[in-house]
Amino acid sequence: MKLYCLSGHPTLPCNVLKFKSTTIMLDCGLDMTSTLNFLPLPLVQSPRLSNLPGWSLKDGNAFLDKELKECSGHVFVDSVPEFCLPETELIDLSTVDVILISNYHCMMALPYITEHTGFTGTVYATEPTVQIGRLLMEELVNFIERVPKAQSASLWKNKDIQRLLPSPLKDAVEVSTWRRCYTMQEVNSALSKIQLVGYSQKIELFGAVQVTPLSSGYALGSSNWIIQSHYEKVSYVSGSSLLTTHPQPMDQASLKNSDVLILTGLTQIPTANPDGMVGEFCSNLALTVRNGGNVLVPCYPSGVIYDLLECLYQYIDSAGLSSIPFYFISPVANSSLEFSQIFAEWLCHNKQTKVYLPEPPFPHAELIQTNKLKHYPSIHGDFSNDFRQPCVVFTGHPSLRFGDVVHFMELWGKSSLNTVIFTEPDFSYLEALAPYQPLAMKCIYCPIDTRLNFIQVSKLLKEVQPLHVVCPEQYAQPPPAQSHRMDLMIDCQPPAMSYRRAEVLALPFKRRYEKIEIMPELADSLVPMEIKPGVSLATVSAVLHTKDNKHVLQPPPRPAQPTGGKKRKRASDDIPDCKVLKPLLSGSIPVEQFVQTLEKHGFSDIKVEDTAKGHIVLLQEAETLIQIEEDSTHIICDNDEMLRVRLRDLVLKFLQKF
Amino acid sequence: MPEIRVTPLGAGQDVGRSCILVSIAGKNVMLDCGMHMGFSDDRRFPDFSYITRSGRLTDFLDCVIISHFHLDHCGALPYFSEMVGYDGPIYMTQPTQAICPILLEDYRKIAVDKKGEANFFTSQMIKDCMKKVVAVHLHQTVQVDDELEIKAYYAGHVLGAAMFQIKVGSESVVYTGDYNMTPDRHLGAAWIDKCRPNLLITESTYATTIRDSKRCRERDFLKKELCILLETFWERMDLKAPIYFSTGLTEKANHYYKLFIPWTNQKIRKTFVQRNMFEFKHIKAFDRAFADSPGPMVVFATPGMLHAGQSLQIFRKWAGNEKNMVIMPGYCVQGTVGHKILSGQRKLEMEGRQVLEVKMQVEYMSFSAHADAKGIMQLVGQAEPENVLLVHGEAKKMEFLKQKIEQEFRVSCYMPANGETVTLPTSPSIPVGISLGLLKREMAQGLLPDAKKPRLLHGTLIMKDSNLRLVSSEQALKELGLAEHQLRFTCRVHLHDTRKEQEAAARVYSHLKSVLKDHCVQHLPDGSVTVESILIQAAAHSEDPGTKVLLVSWTYQDEELGSYLTSLLKKGLPQAS
Repeated sequence: MKLYCLSGHPTLPCNVLKFKSTTIMLDCGLDMTSTLNFLPLPLVQSPRLSNLPGWSLKDGNAFLDKELKECSGHVFVDSVPEFCLPETELIDLSTVDVILISNYHCMMALPYITEHTGFTGTVYATEPTVQIGRLLMEELVNFIERVPKAQSASLWKNKDIQRLLPSPLKDAVEVSTWRRCYTMQEVNSALSKIQLVGYSQKIELFGAVQVTPLSSGYALGSSNWIIQSHYEKVSYVSGSSLLTTHPQPMDQASLKNSDVLILTGLTQIPTANPDGMVGEFCSNLALTVRNGGNVLVPCYPSGVIYDLLECLYQYIDSAGLSSIPFYFISPVANSSLEFSQIFAEWLCHNKQTKVYLPEPPFPHAELIQTNKLKHYPSIHGDFSNDFRQPCVVFTGHPSLRFGDVVHFMELWGKSSLNTVIFTEPDFSYLEALAPYQPLAMKCIYCPIDTRLNFIQVSKLLKEVQPLHVVCPEQYAQPPPAQSHRMDLMIDCQPPAMSYRRAEVLALPFKRRYEKIEIMPELADSLVPMEIKPGVSLATVSAVLHTKDNKHVLQPPPRPAQPTGGKKRKRASDDIPDCKVLKPLLSGSIPVEQFVQTLEKHGFSDIKVEDTAKGHIVLLQEAETLIQIEEDSTHIICDNDEMLRVRLRDLVLKFLQKF
Repeated sequence: MPEIRVTPLGAGQDVGRSCILVSIAGKNVMLDCGMHMGFSDDRRFPDFSYITRSGRLTDFLDCVIISHFHLDHCGALPYFSEMVGYDGPIYMTQPTQAICPILLEDYRKIAVDKKGEANFFTSQMIKDCMKKVVAVHLHQTVQVDDELEIKAYYAGHVLGAAMFQIKVGSESVVYTGDYNMTPDRHLGAAWIDKCRPNLLITESTYATTIRDSKRCRERDFLKKELCILLETFWERMDLKAPIYFSTGLTEKANHYYKLFIPWTNQKIRKTFVQRNMFEFKHIKAFDRAFADSPGPMVVFATPGMLHAGQSLQIFRKWAGNEKNMVIMPGYCVQGTVGHKILSGQRKLEMEGRQVLEVKMQVEYMSFSAHADAKGIMQLVGQAEPENVLLVHGEAKKMEFLKQKIEQEFRVSCYMPANGETVTLPTSPSIPVGISLGLLKREMAQGLLPDAKKPRLLHGTLIMKDSNLRLVSSEQALKELGLAEHQLRFTCRVHLHDTRKEQEAAARVYSHLKSVLKDHCVQHLPDGSVTVESILIQAAAHSEDPGTKVLLVSWTYQDEELGSYLTSLLKKGLPQAS
C-alpha cells in the first residue's frame, strides 16, 4: 500500500492512495498562493497599477520590464494569474479509480485533473460540498474572465531567468507547471463526474474496498473519509473542527481502530483562538464605522462568512450599528446565502431544530429581510445606486489579486479612516497587501481558522488511537519561524510518518487476513471439534470461487459414481492427483489402548517392545511392525493393501485431523 | 434454519393503518405505525397486543421505522410509544420528523376537540414521542446496534418519503413505504440500487392501474403542484376568483418544502435560487368565514378523504348546490365520506342521524403520487429481490399484481392479511477471515492452465468465541501449539528379479517414468527412486536371491499416490525388451 503525495500544501492536499487493488485520490486541492506573485486584476482601469515601473536586473538589463513590475520594493508578474497544480507526473492519473473530496476548499483543482489527465473514474462528495464548491469555482472563473488580460507572461519562468529574480519569485516551485484558470465549461464537465454521498454512507469500490464519508465539523458537508476492507482501515482526516460553529459536529468515534490515519488540513494559525478573533473582528469593525470609516472584509463567498454574519446579527444593535449598511458582493452571493438555508441536514443540532418550526436556520435571512444586509453580484449595476458610506463590504477574493475586492482596495486604500480586516487564513496578509503599498488604510489581521490545532490533534489521536499517523512534513516539526515551539507539531507514538510534495510513501501495513464467505451448504457439512475450552476446529475442504474481488467457498463436487457395466478405465486414468492434500495429523497414540483396539479388531499375537523414544508394536503373523513415537507413527508391512488400510484407520482414530 | 418472518398488523390486503412487523436474524423491526381513516373505534390503530400481551414493547422491538409523514403511516405513533409504551429508537427522515408532529397535532385536535373523543393521545405525548425519533439521512447507513443496520432510499411520494433497507449480516429486507417511480413537478422518482434483498415489501395501492404517461403528466400532481398549475392557469385566463388554502397547515407545509429543497426534484433544486416555486401570488390563506361569502372560489382543504376537519365542514356547507363541485384528489379508504360519494352514494348519514343530500358534482382524479403497476414492476427490477410481499392495497388488485410479479421475475410473491405471518427460510453464507497466505497460495494455483477443473482448498477453520478464521493446517497447528504427528507407511513389494538391486531400481524408475508422465519421478544417486515425495528403495530378499524387495515409503499426506504405487508395482514390471 502506497501514498503518492501530489501537493505540498498541508491544507490543500492532493494524495493518491493505492489500497488493495484500488487507486484512490484523496482531495484535489489547488494551491492559489501562487497568485500572490501576480499583479491584481482591477475591475476599473487603475492608473496606479498601469503606471508601475518595469523591473530590471541589477546590471540594468530591462528585457523583462514588460512582464515584471515593481511596487514598493516587490516584484510582480504582470499577467493573467496562474495556479500551482498538484503534481501530475508522479503517477499516471488516468489510473485513478475514484476521487474523494473532503470539503469545498479541497476540490478546486478538480477540473485540471478530471479534464486533462485521461481520468475516467468517479468523484465522491456530499451535496453541500458540490453545491458550494461549484459556487467557489464559478466565482473564481467569473473574477478572472470578466477582466480579460491580453498578456500572458512566460519569459520569467525560464529556469535560467528565474534564478536571477528577487524572492519570492526566485523560490517559487514548479513555475513551468503553473496554469491559468479553467473555464466554466470545464467546471461543469468536472462536476458532472461527481456522485453525491451522505454521511455514514458505505460505498463499495469494486467489492474490494469500502469508503465512507464522516462529518468533520469544519464546513457545510465537510467530511473525513474511512477507507477500509474487512481487515484494514485507513482514516483520512482533512479539515476537521471541534468548535461549535454552523456545521454538524465532527464524528470522532468512527475513526477508531485505524491502521493508518492520514492527517491533513490543520489550522493554519495554530496560535490564534478563533473566538478571540471573532471578538476582535467585531470591535475593530465597530470602531472604524463609528469614526466614519469603511470596513473591507476580503472573504470567500461561503464558510466563515455565515458565522461572521451571525455574530454581527447579534452585535449590530448593541453596538449601535443598525443604520450602517452591510454589503456582500460576489457573483454567487445570492446563491450562497440561499444554499446555506436549505442544507438543514448538514447543520449543527441548534440550526437543525430551527427548520422544524419552520424557520430558516441562519439569521442572515432576517438581516436581508430587514435590509441590513444587501447582496450584489458585482460593483456594477444596482450596487452603484445603493452604495452609501460609511459601510461594511464583504467581498472576494481573499488573495486581493482579483474580484471586486481589488476595486475597494484602490478606492479606500488612501484614507486612514478605512480598515481592511483579514479573516481568511489562506493567504499571508502582508503578501496580499504588497502590490497596494504604500497604504494609508488600517490593516487588521483576525484570521479565523476553526480547523484542529495541535492540542486538539493530540487529544484526538489519544482518543482514536491509530497504529500509524501520516502527515505533511510541515506538521512533523515546529514552524520554521518558531522552531522552539515544540508544542506546534504532531506528537505521537510511533512518530508520525511525514511526506512532502512528489514523494511516495510505503504505508506500514501488515495484511494478514481477507474476508471469505462460506456457503451455507458447506457450513452445514463442517464438523467442529472442541480442542480447548472455547476453541473449536473444523477442517475445510472446499472449492474456492473468486469473482469481483469477493471470495466464496463452495462444497466440493461429489465424487462421480462409478458407472457399472462400462468398460473399466485404464490404469493410467486412475493416477491420483497429487495436489489433493490430506489433512495434517496431530496428537499421540497411547500404546496400551492401541493394542486393545487391535485386539478388539481381531489381531492376535501382538508383541510390544519399548524403544528409546517409544514403542514398537509387532504383529508377528502379519509380519507387520508399527513404530509409535510421540510425534510419529510408522507402519511397515507387506504389500497387503487391505491390512494396511485397516491399520491406518485404527491409527487415525487416535489422531486429530487439521 | 434462519428465517425472515413478516406479519402485517395493518395494511395487509388493505389500505390504511400501515404497520408491519419484521423479524430478521433475531431482530424485530416495526415498519410504520399508522392509523386507519375508515374507523374511529379501536380498529383505527394496529393491535399492538399482538407483539406482546404482558411485557414492554421496548423489550420486543429493536427499532421502529416510519416511511413518511402521512397519518396512515405514522398516525398511531404517539399512542404506540406513549400509551402502549415504547422507549426504543424511532427512525425517520428529517422532513418527516419536521412535518409529522404537525399532522399528528392536527389529527389530535380533530379527534379530541371536534369529535370530543376521550382517551386519546395528548399534545404532550406527541412531543414526548418525537423525542424518541432519530433522524436518518438518505443513503446513510445507520447502525441500530452492532448487527442491525438500516439505510434510507429516496421514495418520491411526499417530501421526505423514504424506502428503507433493513440488514443483518448478509440478510436484508427492503420496505418501500409509499413511493412514486415517475418524477413529478416537485419531487423526484424513487430509486434503489441493485441491493438484492431477501424480501421486498412493497405498497400496491395502484396495483392494477397503469397511468398513461402523457396524460398523467398534466394530471398527476399533488397539492403543491396544483398550486403551481393553477397559478399559471389563473394568470393566463385572467381569472379573478380567489384560490384559498384551507388551513395554515398547507402554508406551513410550503415553508417546509422551501427549507428541504434537496429533497425535491432536479429542476427545482437547480432553479430555486432564481425562483422559489413555492411562493404563490394568487393563492391565499382561507378563513372559515370565507365559506359563506358569495361568488365562486376554489378552496383546497384537508383532509383529502373528507373524513373529518375543514374539508368535511366545507363539504357539508356546499354539498346541496349542484353548481358546486368537489374533486377528490386521491384514494379514499372505505368508510370515509370520500369513499361513499365516490362510489355514487348521494344520501349520507352524518353524525346525529342527520342526512345530507349531495347534489354537487363529484369528480375523482388520481393525483396522489403512488407507484402504478408499471412502477412497482420497475422497482422490483431495480432491487432484484428474492421474494416480494405486497401490502397497502386491495386484495383483488394485489392478486393481479402477484401473478404478474411471479410470472415476470420468477420470484415468490406473498400478500398476507392482517395478523397473518409469512415465513421465509433464508440461508445466509458465513463470513470468515481467511489467512492471506492460504488465499494467495490457492489463488496462484487457480491461475494454472487447468483452472477449469475445480480445485479443492484445504484449511482449518478456527472458531474462537464468535471469531472465525480459516488458516492453513500448518498455521492452525502452530497457533494451537500442537505438534504434527507424522504417519508413515512402508510397504514391502516383492519383485521377481535375479539381477542386482541397482538394476531393479533402474527398471522401476524407467517403468514409473513412462506411466506417471505428470509426476516428478527421479532416480537418485544412492540408487533410490522418488515419485514426488514417495521413496522407493530396492533391497535383496534375505532368503530368496531371485526376489528383490521394493520398500515403498510415504506419509499419510501422500496416501492416494502411495497406495496407487504399491498396487502398480504389485502387478510387476514389464519385461525388459
